[in-house]
Amino acid sequence: MKSLGNIRRSFAPWTDPDAKPYITFRNVTKRFGDFTAVDDLTLNIYHREFFALLGASGCGKSTLLRMLAGFERPTSGEIILDGQDIAGIPPYKRPVNMMFQSYALFPHMTVESNIGFGLRQDGMPKNEIADRVTQMLKLVKLEKFAKRKPHQLSGGQRQRVALARSLAKRPKVLLLDEPLGALDKKLREETQFELMDLQQELGLTFVVVTHDQEEAMTMADRIAVMSHGKVIQVATPAEIYEAPNSRFVADFIGDVNILDGKVSASGNGKIELAVNEGFTVRTATGNTPATGSSAGFAIRPEKLKVTRAAPVDASVNAAEGEIWDIGYLGDMTVFYVKLASGKVVKASMLNAQREVEDPIAYDEKVWVSFGETAGVVLKD
Amino acid sequence: MNKLGSAIFSRLVIIIPYAWLLFFFLIPFFIVFRISLSTTAIAQPPYEPAFAWSDGLSGIWEKMGQFSFDNYIWLTEDSLYFNAYMSSIWIAGVSTLVTLLIGYPIAYGMAQAPRTLRPTLLMLVILPFWTSFLIRVYAWIAILKPEGLLNQFLMNIGIIDQPLIIMNTNWAIYIGIVYSYLPFMVLPLYSALEKMDNTLIEAAQDLGCPQISAFWKITFPLSIPGVVAGCMLVFIPAVGEFVIPDLLGGSQTLMIGKTLWNEFNANRDWPVSAAVATILLLILVVPIVFFQNAQAKAEEQGR
Repeated sequence: MKSLGNIRRSFAPWTDPDAKPYITFRNVTKRFGDFTAVDDLTLNIYHREFFALLGASGCGKSTLLRMLAGFERPTSGEIILDGQDIAGIPPYKRPVNMMFQSYALFPHMTVESNIGFGLRQDGMPKNEIADRVTQMLKLVKLEKFAKRKPHQLSGGQRQRVALARSLAKRPKVLLLDEPLGALDKKLREETQFELMDLQQELGLTFVVVTHDQEEAMTMADRIAVMSHGKVIQVATPAEIYEAPNSRFVADFIGDVNILDGKVSASGNGKIELAVNEGFTVRTATGNTPATGSSAGFAIRPEKLKVTRAAPVDASVNAAEGEIWDIGYLGDMTVFYVKLASGKVVKASMLNAQREVEDPIAYDEKVWVSFGETAGVVLKD
Repeated sequence: MNKLGSAIFSRLVIIIPYAWLLFFFLIPFFIVFRISLSTTAIAQPPYEPAFAWSDGLSGIWEKMGQFSFDNYIWLTEDSLYFNAYMSSIWIAGVSTLVTLLIGYPIAYGMAQAPRTLRPTLLMLVILPFWTSFLIRVYAWIAILKPEGLLNQFLMNIGIIDQPLIIMNTNWAIYIGIVYSYLPFMVLPLYSALEKMDNTLIEAAQDLGCPQISAFWKITFPLSIPGVVAGCMLVFIPAVGEFVIPDLLGGSQTLMIGKTLWNEFNANRDWPVSAAVATILLLILVVPIVFFQNAQAKAEEQGR
């Protein structure tokens, strides 16, 4: 069975037309004065989904999260959570909890009372609060730190307290605003998987805001790529990476070479592009614009082959060039190849062997080639 | 060489405040304390010193046993002093509380104001300092006296038909102290509230806490250092306040600053007034030291 990306999913309610979304943004717009932070946005999120809002700063992802938490009211449109329009409900009555980017731990309270804060607001009996707090401390492995104050904890421990506090009330949806932003790289990678396990274990719906694409790709079931208050593409990480629907998404996620050209022929599920670099691209994947219209072809560096010899069929999907630059990254080597047109394309090769006989050197003449399913034709 | 230079520099930096305290607090205080052990005399200055500086350290040590604390005993024998101390503490305490009740909302409002407006508001709080303190207190006489601005205004709009007697009562003192010391309350409160992280309030709301309740559970506890600083800045000088009770208060007003003034100028009894000053200092310093120790310990336990 063929699948996009090297992953198989059993959880995919978004492919089921009968599945009812758990959270729905319907034509939601949010304006701050003249500035439109969220622009007529419609989005469905499913129960138990780990959903990521990804975009550069100022793209409206945080505003979207804050509207879900209740700190901002949409200018127009509706937000439905579990069948209920929540637009008018104040934040302290919503069945959602948020983990703040700054953690927002109460500095004058111990770890224990921070975690128990929400439960005390609900008027839960004292012994039940104590039980729940103990359970939460165990969940985030901070049993020994119950009596400490936030300023006596490390960044990673504070992050866990914030997580425990936001989970203590068993919210219907957990909102995470850049949850790993303040951690160093190693801790961040560990915590990513912990968060995923926790989400699986608790069976909760997580909505995470991040600007870190790697984080979103690792953790999320689906990613919404946002720009200027609009959702550009909502899809699984593999789809976003392997089949970006637009130039913006292709460029935003990972490295990409984009070749511009005109559609010269199409048919049989294949499409041919005469690209400006002076060769023909034949591809079986991506959008199919009308013949004669201009289109972009996106191909990831790791899908380009760099060889000294010309490929067997050099009439399509192959171009000659010379090595412009080489970057050795350890796990892979990146070749920058300057094509005849002057355009430099990036190709990366996995260093599967420790020793390479006669490696490609600077200024060498090489061929760059790729297969018919290696890249995609972009919409615009 | 450079390292040595910076070591000397850091020593110097530490020495400056200590030298300041030595020359402008400890030595003057010791002089006052010495006077408080002396007896009055018809002389210039009007007291018989308990010991002479020329005795040297050993001489002073010898005379130590003969030091007379008569002036302090005198203070306990005449209830005037006790009443004056108590009344000062009471007036200062009530004024501090009122200042806090007025100052907190002002500081909170300033901290919540748009960022661009805050420097202007801060400026407005500091603005009264541009006029002499004495002149501002005098201005209150014109406002509070029976035929003053306040009574004219209230009578014109028909709320009262007899002038209120505020001038030369304790009411005038309260008004004067609260007015004069309000900036000292607002400034530390503002600085505590201004650096408060607003996401803490959002977090409290997110966890099910309505906004007013979030104020009492989060904002207020976190502003307590500001509250303490503001209260001390108001209470301490208010206890020893002399100008306000002298100008606005009446003859029945009993405040220790005024008592000290009378003792010093009208009675020319330097030793007793020095004893009054020494006790005043102890009344203020001892509780502050205890309080700060307790706070430091609480901080330590939190760690």
